Amino acid sequence: MKTPVTPDGRRAPAGGELLRMEGVRKVFPGTVALDRVDFDLRRGEVHVLLGENGAGKSTLIKMLSGAHRPDAGRILVDGEPVRIGSAQDAERLGIATIYQEFNLVPGLSVAENIFLGRQPRRFGLVDRRRMNADAAALLQRVGVDVDPRTPVAELGIARLQMVEIAKALSLDARVLIMDEPTAVLTTGEVDKLFRIVRRLREDGVGVVFITHHLEEIAALGDRVTVLRDGRSVAEVPAGTDQDELVRLMVGRSIEQQFPRERAGAGEPLLRVTGLTRRGHFDDVSFEVRAGEVVGLAGLVGAGRTEVARAVFGADPYDSGTVEVLGRRLPRHDVGAALDAGLGLVPEDRKGQGLVLDAPVHENLGLVTLRRATRAGLVDRAGQRRAAGLMAEQLRVRMAGPDQHVRTLSGGNQQKVVIGKWLLADARVLILDEPTRGIDVGAKVEIYQLVNRLTASGHAVLMISSDLPEVLGMSDRVLVMSQGRIAGELPHREATQDAVMALAVKETEGSRGH
Amino acid sequence: MATDTLDSAGPAKVPGPSGDKGAGRAPGALRLLRDNGALGALVILVVALSLLSGDFLTTQNLLNVGVQAAVTAILAFGVTFVIVSAGIDLSVGSVAALSATVLAWTATDAGLPVWLSVVLAVGTGIACGLVSGALVSYGRLPSFVATLAMLSVGRGLALVISQGSPIAFPESVSVLGDTVGGWLPVPVLVMAAMAVVTAVILNRTFSGRAMYAIGGNEEAARLSGIRVKRQKLVVYALSGGFAAVAGIVLASRLVSAQPQAAAGYELDAIAAVVIGGASLSGGVGKASGTLIGALILAVLRNGLNLLSVSAFWQQVVIGVVIALAVLQDTLRRRTA
Repeated sequence: MKTPVTPDGRRAPAGGELLRMEGVRKVFPGTVALDRVDFDLRRGEVHVLLGENGAGKSTLIKMLSGAHRPDAGRILVDGEPVRIGSAQDAERLGIATIYQEFNLVPGLSVAENIFLGRQPRRFGLVDRRRMNADAAALLQRVGVDVDPRTPVAELGIARLQMVEIAKALSLDARVLIMDEPTAVLTTGEVDKLFRIVRRLREDGVGVVFITHHLEEIAALGDRVTVLRDGRSVAEVPAGTDQDELVRLMVGRSIEQQFPRERAGAGEPLLRVTGLTRRGHFDDVSFEVRAGEVVGLAGLVGAGRTEVARAVFGADPYDSGTVEVLGRRLPRHDVGAALDAGLGLVPEDRKGQGLVLDAPVHENLGLVTLRRATRAGLVDRAGQRRAAGLMAEQLRVRMAGPDQHVRTLSGGNQQKVVIGKWLLADARVLILDEPTRGIDVGAKVEIYQLVNRLTASGHAVLMISSDLPEVLGMSDRVLVMSQGRIAGELPHREATQDAVMALAVKETEGSRGH
Repeated sequence: MATDTLDSAGPAKVPGPSGDKGAGRAPGALRLLRDNGALGALVILVVALSLLSGDFLTTQNLLNVGVQAAVTAILAFGVTFVIVSAGIDLSVGSVAALSATVLAWTATDAGLPVWLSVVLAVGTGIACGLVSGALVSYGRLPSFVATLAMLSVGRGLALVISQGSPIAFPESVSVLGDTVGGWLPVPVLVMAAMAVVTAVILNRTFSGRAMYAIGGNEEAARLSGIRVKRQKLVVYALSGGFAAVAGIVLASRLVSAQPQAAAGYELDAIAAVVIGGASLSGGVGKASGTLIGALILAVLRNGLNLLSVSAFWQQVVIGVVIALAVLQDTLRRRTA
């Protein structure tokens, strides 16, 4: 198939409607992801999609990109009802999506990635000269200075994103969907991205823009649609006051959403002193006490996950100490960390937390496997019994302990990951983004579980990019910026503004990007 | 739903908290067939060959099949550990030949006591496995590459030690190639014993359970406190040790250690594991499946011989059967 590259886009009446979704509904087993959602996009506008994690943003864009089909409602492109059943359908309709994880082949050149599967051919062979020239033209249109012959593996994240945009343009995209494109960018890179998006807007492209950074909305957007719990609750101009946007997004006071109850902190269970890993984090010190939730906030890339993994022994560090219950842990030794009572619920639940194609009870027993071994043999019946009880305690919704965890919902999967540490009697739990991709109801269950843990004397270190969650759950909030602890806020003083101010603080001797 | 991932070899696995043993034995045969796609293929094959050839379904011939399956099966049990933990071992044929050569050489040329030679032979297999394992764990080589290197090194060392010619096997070990009571072949007994050992290791031991976890998700296993590198050493050492046993059984049957013996057997072993339902992407596989896989290959060869199919066509048929067996298993899983 030959897809012509149009350097200036098609001329249609400015402001004309490109896309409309009417009363769209999508149900997944156990959750209504979207219900009666309306959304529309005009030519030459940036329409921001705003909502908490789990509000339904990704489900909505997956319907436009052909990954999901609506159970009810309809989608219109140029006023005509359409059926988007596959990525090819979306492509034909001129809808391109740039996900947070890029779809690029690292070993191929920039030009090959842009034209992957559609390389210009001459006598049956790939016409490299023309491919590189076409790619160069597209890259110039995007305004990025990169040689089309460069292997993609050599590019940084910002440039990868530009290559994705160029690829979308090569597909003659009129609708460009960008899922949190700024989450991984530095301030300078964000400015550059905004310039590109504005240029596309002038060309008549309609942009659906997802972001969690409220200040970006006024800077770039034209309209905002707010999603909450799978409903479109409001459509407001981008100039709307930030407090109002937060109110629309959360829909209730933070106190109601986070049933926080604390008895008061006890002895320190985890103490980290001067922890440093060159190029990742620097001189990180903090402690977490029994019965306490300490939040670790900061922008993506601030080094929070890296610190958590080093504390747990999953990665090495250069200097500093980690003590659990007063005992110093050896460096880079997961076994010692878990013997001391430390547990890590990793950020990537499916990739790092679970053996997806194994049953629930096997996953729950993963950490206790060694302890259940006598004379080389595992007490599997005992393991199974303990796992069954734990699953019941945590109210894991499943057909039975033999159900494979792949088929559980995100919230129930997360309960299994937490459960394996509870079975191992971990007293200090590091939760890295514990509610990412989990629906609202299951989130509250996780919060209640955290409350039960602290009530019984556990200590919790919680990393989260969901600010209301960190603020609502934590007794104290540590804010990281560029690999350092930029400050600590007690629960009373921890507001969105105060945390953001610390999170974007430039620290001296900060690492290069 | 297939229950054979982390949950393995117990063929009569019962869902529900009632536990592992006992309760679910009753509806055995049907469940066995349902959970074990390869078993169905084996049954069909046996029935078909019985109908086609009157010589097939005799005790003597079936024992023959057992002997023919034994070496492949023992090699394949070792490879099962590796494949379950998401690796591959190409070196088992060479390691088998090397171990047998070491046994024969130390017992005859060097004049060591036979028991010590046997220990040295098994030790050689384990050592080869440890080297492969270290290259995979600590050298971060892909298992394909590490064991491909060991395939060449092992074969080369066998040729060096034997100077290229067969060495007579000590008589006291050669009884392994004989029969008990004049009818039951010892290789079949060894195969059965190794099957039980494999099932116990996979199902009951820490290392066995760790293999499934590592094969299913290595990072999750590591973050759950499983020392992945050390466990991989165990995996390849077991594979090497099993290869040594297979090598000794083979040499006993031939009454001599031949440096060129068992060449290409690694592919039969891998085929047996895969026909038995293991997944090359790891986390899935069982001892019973591998045994059935090895039996399918042996039954097929034996049956085609009885039917006087040329050796050339046998290769074609076996290739087709491998593809079909795995294909039907994949389809069965997809619909489950």
